[in-house]
This record gives sequence, structure tokens and C-alpha cells, in this order.
Amino acid sequence: MNYLEFEKPLAEIEGKAEELRAMARGNSGMDVTKEAEALDRKAEVLLKDLYKDLTPWRKCQVARHPDRPHCKDYIDALFTEYTALAGDRNFADDHAVMGGIARFNDQPVVVIGHEKGNDTKSRIERNFGMARPEGYRKAIRLMDMADRFRLPVVTLVDTPGAYPGKGAEERGQAEAIARSTEKCLQIGVPLISVVIGEGGSGGAVAFATANRVAMLEHSVYSVISPEGCASILWKDAEKMREAAEALRLTAQDLQKLGVVDRIIKEPLGGAQRGRKETIEAVGKGIEVMLKELSGKKPEALIKDRRTKFIEMGSKGLAA
Amino acid sequence: MNWISNYVRPKINSLFSRREVPENLWTKCPECGTMLFHRELAANLNVCTSCDHHMAISPRDRFSALFDGGIFTEVKVPEPVTDPLHFRDQKKYPERLKAAQKATGEKEAMLVAEGEIAKTAIVAVAQDFSFMAGSMGMYVGNAILAAAERAVKMKRPLVLFSAAGGARMQEGILSLMQMPRTTVAVQMLKEANLPYIVVLTHPTTGGVTASYAMLGDVQIAEPNALICFAGPRVIEQTIREKLPEGFQRAEYLLDHGMLDRVTHRKALREELVTILRMLTNQPPAIKGELTAQPAEA
Ligand SMILES: [Zn+2]
Repeated sequence: MNYLEFEKPLAEIEGKAEELRAMARGNSGMDVTKEAEALDRKAEVLLKDLYKDLTPWRKCQVARHPDRPHCKDYIDALFTEYTALAGDRNFADDHAVMGGIARFNDQPVVVIGHEKGNDTKSRIERNFGMARPEGYRKAIRLMDMADRFRLPVVTLVDTPGAYPGKGAEERGQAEAIARSTEKCLQIGVPLISVVIGEGGSGGAVAFATANRVAMLEHSVYSVISPEGCASILWKDAEKMREAAEALRLTAQDLQKLGVVDRIIKEPLGGAQRGRKETIEAVGKGIEVMLKELSGKKPEALIKDRRTKFIEMGSKGLAA
Repeated sequence: MNWISNYVRPKINSLFSRREVPENLWTKCPECGTMLFHRELAANLNVCTSCDHHMAISPRDRFSALFDGGIFTEVKVPEPVTDPLHFRDQKKYPERLKAAQKATGEKEAMLVAEGEIAKTAIVAVAQDFSFMAGSMGMYVGNAILAAAERAVKMKRPLVLFSAAGGARMQEGILSLMQMPRTTVAVQMLKEANLPYIVVLTHPTTGGVTASYAMLGDVQIAEPNALICFAGPRVIEQTIREKLPEGFQRAEYLLDHGMLDRVTHRKALREELVTILRMLTNQPPAIKGELTAQPAEA
């Protein structure tokens, strides 16, 4: 278990309980059940307390937790016959973006998502979930295919943002993001999106310009990282707590602003403490959202998306 | 501040205090260091007469020089909710807005206008870098939507001049949502088969580049304009190496296939007319009507 900075007191209690149990295992005459269970209860109370009212900055940390289920975990668990389709037919295959055709409850769909990786090797291979232009161009190709064969599109968003690299700029990442957003708006099939971790800026919008957008309870979605915002507006990257607060990047605030349609609950202690339940809850969310849109005509779906974005933000926080 | 007050003020000042040279009578070219007389610089559309460096030009000055006889009508932009997130950093957002309004004399970072260039009716929209770095928030989104709607209604082409440091962070997610919103505006133009010409000026960055500024039928940039998604400083910090000379500049993007043309500001008007008239199947402009209209009356 990886503990976050603010979970340190919890790490101590859970560590002690674990220590006690380990001692008892090596010493048959010792009974620690009572003490260990007392610690367990203490830990649970603390966990509830910590997660009762997470500050925006803590939510950012939870959203980035390395043990959270990632795109690949959702695809493996919720989809069958996943057939990855690689490449942008232009330059490369971007491993930061997974994509292909698969079945969701037997229905064929196109699934696209950012994958961050889960160990050093895969994180490097996935570029920490930061897509390059090829990732967006692959997504555009897959969305076109979905449109042609009338397959709904499900996108899973989890990215710190677009990759600030030399090659990515050289190969026109701004244009690639713009075209991907444009494609999202053009397709005549249901497009639903779930922010499963970090919804970072343009890299997220390129996949999440959708008919329905859901967010996991502790995920975040923002125009800029709190650290980036702090260093620009506060001239001090250490002011990320204040920036996270001001940016209104939590699922709860975004729902108030009308940017997000649905919040998917996470188990106590965040998705990282109940990966299976989280994945199941996301599956339920996808199912409901697809049902809401099923049977709608292509023109209606396109119009629905357009109207949604044109009207978005017109009421501010009063929405 | 419009061009009239820009140029009249130094003159009046000089009447009152002849010995003191008003600070704003001369501008030092940031590129070559030449001291340029304001009047001369303005007549040259804020392009350095010595080294051709393109300095920022306000939307109003730009339009005065662009439209026939400097005549244009502003298109009304629906006002969004002010400070939708109740944002405050070291200052409250409404205070920052007020300061920008005071400094520029403009309401926001985007100006929409309609009029004729060489008798070709167009809608034009220009972003104001001097207003909070031209950053894109709800108002900028509304301006682009209003411009597109006006263009569609009047069946006119849209010419857009971009200039932005990126998103209006004080509007948080809603600034990000202007990427899809403005893309809807571009789609309206495309569906109506109306030309959408983008002129990228220095600098155009972030979410602006990654939405409406990269979706033109024709993409023109002013010389040496910085055009990027991630800024050079962020990239250098990430990859820990120095970027080559001219990286992310207009000419570099042209070489990498991201632009159609790089055009000197003084040649822009004529080029726009030529392109627009061909794309809208009109006869060539009559030569006399193409003469550039300097901002000076
Ligand atoms: Zn110069």
C-alpha cells in the first residue's frame, strides 16, 4: 500500500496493526487479535475522517495515486474481446493512448483512454499518460471508424496533460488536439467519457468533449495543474493548495458548474483501496449513460453535444 | 485605448511641456533597439521600420488599418457571468479585470467587427494580448460564437487574428471549455461553407492554439510569431535541453507543415482580399481598392 502525505497518521496505525500480526505469526503463544482489531477500528475511524471532506489539493493527490485502477484495468475488467487498434497511419503508435474495438455488455463499442502505467517500465513506455500528437490522431481515426460503423464511443480520461516535448510540438500537437475535439463534436454516435483520475487540460478535452461526462468521486479535471497555476498566479509553486481551491477542479464543483453530468462514488479511502468496487461502479456508470443515449439519431446526438457546450458556463457556479 | 487617444495625447503633451520629452513619444524596438517615433511606427502598423520586427497591435488599430477607410461596426458580444468561479489568487479576479479594462480601454480580450476590405464584406475578430495576455475565458468564447453567428447570418467570411498567452486561469474549467465551445463556432462556419481565415500573431499559445486558432481553412502567421501549445520554457524544463533557434516560430511551423503562409503585416490586407475573393468565387478586386489603408486618417 502506498500512502499519501496526508495519510501518514493512517500509515502509522495500519503499520502497527500489521506489525503486531506479524509478531504473532512468528510466536504461537501470543494472541494479539484484540489489540490488532482495536487498531483496525481506530484506522477505520481515521480513514473515514480523512476522506469525509477531502480538500481539493488532497483530491489531486488521490486522483494521482499510483494504486488507482488505470485505463487498462478498466478495459480488462469491463470489456470483452478488446482488440487494440494501433497507430495514427502517419508517424507512430502512441502508447500513452489505448484504443480499439471491444464489447461492453456484448455491445460492440470503440474504447479510447489514457494509460499511465503501473511500474517504472510501463510508466516510461506510456509516457506517464501524456499523449503526443499521434495519440490524438489515433483517437480521431478510431472515432471516425465508430461513426462509420455506428458504434458508441467510451473514453477514459486520465492524463496530467499533453506532453510538453520537442517532437510533440514539431508534429503539431495543438492541431492534433484541436482536431480531436472537433471530431468529438462531429460523430453521430453516443460519446461518453469518464474521468477516472486526472483530467489534465487540453489532453483531456480532446477525449472528453462528450454527450455525457462522468467523474469518479475523487478525480479532478482542470485547465492547469494546481502547481502550474500557483507558479503563474502566485509566483510560488508551493501555493498549490490555494490554487487547487481556487480552480474548482473537483468533481463536486464541476457538477455544480454544469461541466460534469454524473459523479461515480468511490469506496472509502479512494479507488486505490477498493479497485474492484471502483471498476464495477464505473461499469455501472457507463451502462447507465449508454442507455440514456441509446436509440438517439445521429443528428440528435450531434445537436445534444453542441448545445451542451454552447450553453456551458452561462450561469457560473449558480448553474 | 484607441488609436486616436494613442496618437493625440503625445502631441498635446508636447504643447504643454516642450522641454520634457514624453516617455510615450518614442518606442524602443525590443528586437534591434532602434528608437522609433510613435507616429512613424503607427503608420507602419507597429512594425519596426528598421528591422521589420512585428510588435503587438491593438484590435482597434488592426481594424482601422484593415477595413476600407478605417470604418467598421462592432458586433455586440453577449456578456457572460463575471467571475463565474469567485476566483481569487493574490488579487480578486474582478479587480484584475477592472485593471485590464482601465489599462486598455476595452471591455475584454476580444473585439468583433464587421465591415468591408476592398469592398469585400467580412466579419473580423481580433484578440487583444494587452488585455490579460489575451487569455481565453467565457467572453472570448462568446465573442467567437457571436462572430461566427454573425458571419453565418450575413453569409460573410470570418477572419480571426489570434494572440493569447493561453487560458484565463481565473475561469478555471470554464476557460478550458472554450476549446469545444469555439470549435462549435468554427463548425458553424464550415457547415455554411464560409471561409474561415486565421491569422496567428505573436504569441498564440496553449488552448487557443489547440482549438479555433488551428482550425482555419487557411492558416497565415505574422513573421516570427511564437505559435505553440506548450511554451518553450516548459519544454526546456521538461526535456532539460536548449531548444534550437527559431523553435515554434512562424517560419518553423511553416517548414513543419502547420501553416499555409507567413505574411508581413503590411502585405496581409491585400493577401486576405485575394484569398477571400477566390474562396467566395468573386472577381478579382479592382486594383485601386487594394491600396492599404493606413491607420492615419
Ligand atoms: Zn527593430
